[in-house]
Amino acid sequence: MNKIETRNVNLHYGDFHALKGITMSIVENSVTALIGPSGCGKSTYLRLFNRMNDLISNVKIEGDVLVEGKDIYERGVDVDELRKRVGMVFQKPNPFPKTIFENVAYGLRVNGINDKEFIAERVERSLAQSALWGEVKDKLKKSAFELSGGQQQRLCIARALAIEPTVLLMDEPASALDPLSTAKIEELIYELKDKYTIIIVTHNMQQAGRVSDRTAFFYMGELIEADETKVIFTNPKNVRTQNYITGRFG
Amino acid sequence: MKYPDHIKVRKKKTRSQNLAFVSFGIISFGIVAILIVILSFIVFHGFKALSWDFISKMPEDGMTKGGIFPAIIGTLYLVAGSMLFAFPIGVMSGIYINEYAKDGYIKRFIQMMTNNLAGVPSIVFGLFGMSLFVNKLKFGDSILAGSLTLGLLALPVVIRTTEEALKAIDNSFRIGSLALGASKWQTTKRVVMPMAFPNVITGLILSIGRVSGETAPILFTVAAYFLPKLPHSIFDQVMALPYHLYVISTSGTNIEASRGIAYGTALVLIILVLIANLLANALRRYFGKKVKMN
Repeated sequence: MNKIETRNVNLHYGDFHALKGITMSIVENSVTALIGPSGCGKSTYLRLFNRMNDLISNVKIEGDVLVEGKDIYERGVDVDELRKRVGMVFQKPNPFPKTIFENVAYGLRVNGINDKEFIAERVERSLAQSALWGEVKDKLKKSAFELSGGQQQRLCIARALAIEPTVLLMDEPASALDPLSTAKIEELIYELKDKYTIIIVTHNMQQAGRVSDRTAFFYMGELIEADETKVIFTNPKNVRTQNYITGRFG
Repeated sequence: MKYPDHIKVRKKKTRSQNLAFVSFGIISFGIVAILIVILSFIVFHGFKALSWDFISKMPEDGMTKGGIFPAIIGTLYLVAGSMLFAFPIGVMSGIYINEYAKDGYIKRFIQMMTNNLAGVPSIVFGLFGMSLFVNKLKFGDSILAGSLTLGLLALPVVIRTTEEALKAIDNSFRIGSLALGASKWQTTKRVVMPMAFPNVITGLILSIGRVSGETAPILFTVAAYFLPKLPHSIFDQVMALPYHLYVISTSGTNIEASRGIAYGTALVLIILVLIANLLANALRRYFGKKVKMN
């Protein structure tokens, strides 16, 4: 089933045509990797789905972006509500200057939940889901800044999971981490895809190959090719995809 | 490393660097020295006047004897009153400018006007306060009128420091919060402001220093030449330390005889500002600790 669909989406930053008529579907409970050289529009495309592009002034978006069958750019759409369903993890870990516990509880609190027991339970479950519980269960009251970079990123994943989104957007989630932490994040992505629809932007070809079910190749604001990951990596239809994957440009 | 022969390599100018270093150092220490000289001058002359009676008694004998108690109380009222007015309003405007206003004409216009407000001479604030608060709104010469006038003077300082404090907060915190479905206000209140608040307090410290020493704005709005009693309401006049100092140094009944009291008054004013700064710093540390940076 298709969780997300875009139909002929065009996006302009001022005069710059950043996304050119993108039509693509994203399958539920799978991992889709967006790859392509810097500036190709893959991050911009990712930010369509939780309307993060709205924060930049001078952006114009045309076309349909459907999440669970509904156009999220229609008038009257509650953006805060959308962002509860579509969580996001960023390139640089960005925990809040709060305790580890409060970082994970934050999304619940801003969405009006105050029940202590419920919050505690949800915090533990989210930390367990992001494979961090064992490492932090004795220091939940400590600052999140005491954690290592890789732990901070898993904390940010836990923070996103706490409000039970159905879609998880990841913008190069491991590019600022060491190889060991990267491996942990990748393992995590693999486990999370049973319950979540994950879209991941990555510069790392091997990573795309390891974690994703489907891969989409972007180039200069266009979607060149999207298919199952093994097809893209072994038998791409487009020569530009092939050149990029084999490292001939990029 | 060896360069080809035709490349001229200029020697590093160690001497000019050392010269710059030394001269900048001398200038910095010179500035500190000036401050120390001023302070010790006031302490030296004012210390003799200090006593418990001096800070707890009414002035006597045409202000050549007795204490400065009403002026101390008056200044405390004015500082507190002006901050109650200027601090919340200034912080709110700062938040609006940095968090809500879109980049463009309106934002730049507000910023320009705030800067202009900071550049208005304090006597103009005094005249404005007199015509608006004292006469038009009929507050009369009163603590209320004086506090509002001093508050206007402090506003740009509070606004600018709030703005700077907010600007220093990395955008990734805001985006992280918004991505979790938090509204802009929740993001500002729960993430951005707690981080910025210790630096916002800097604005409070600066304005307390500025406000407590101002004479011109209170001249026509609140300050009494001689009023040996305490105010009963915010519609009463009060004496104030800077104005008292001005009066006994320029137009008192016996300027020579008041000299010691004048230095004493200056010293008390400095000590009050120092205490206010220490309190504000403690507040700053308190809010700093509430944010779990490490």
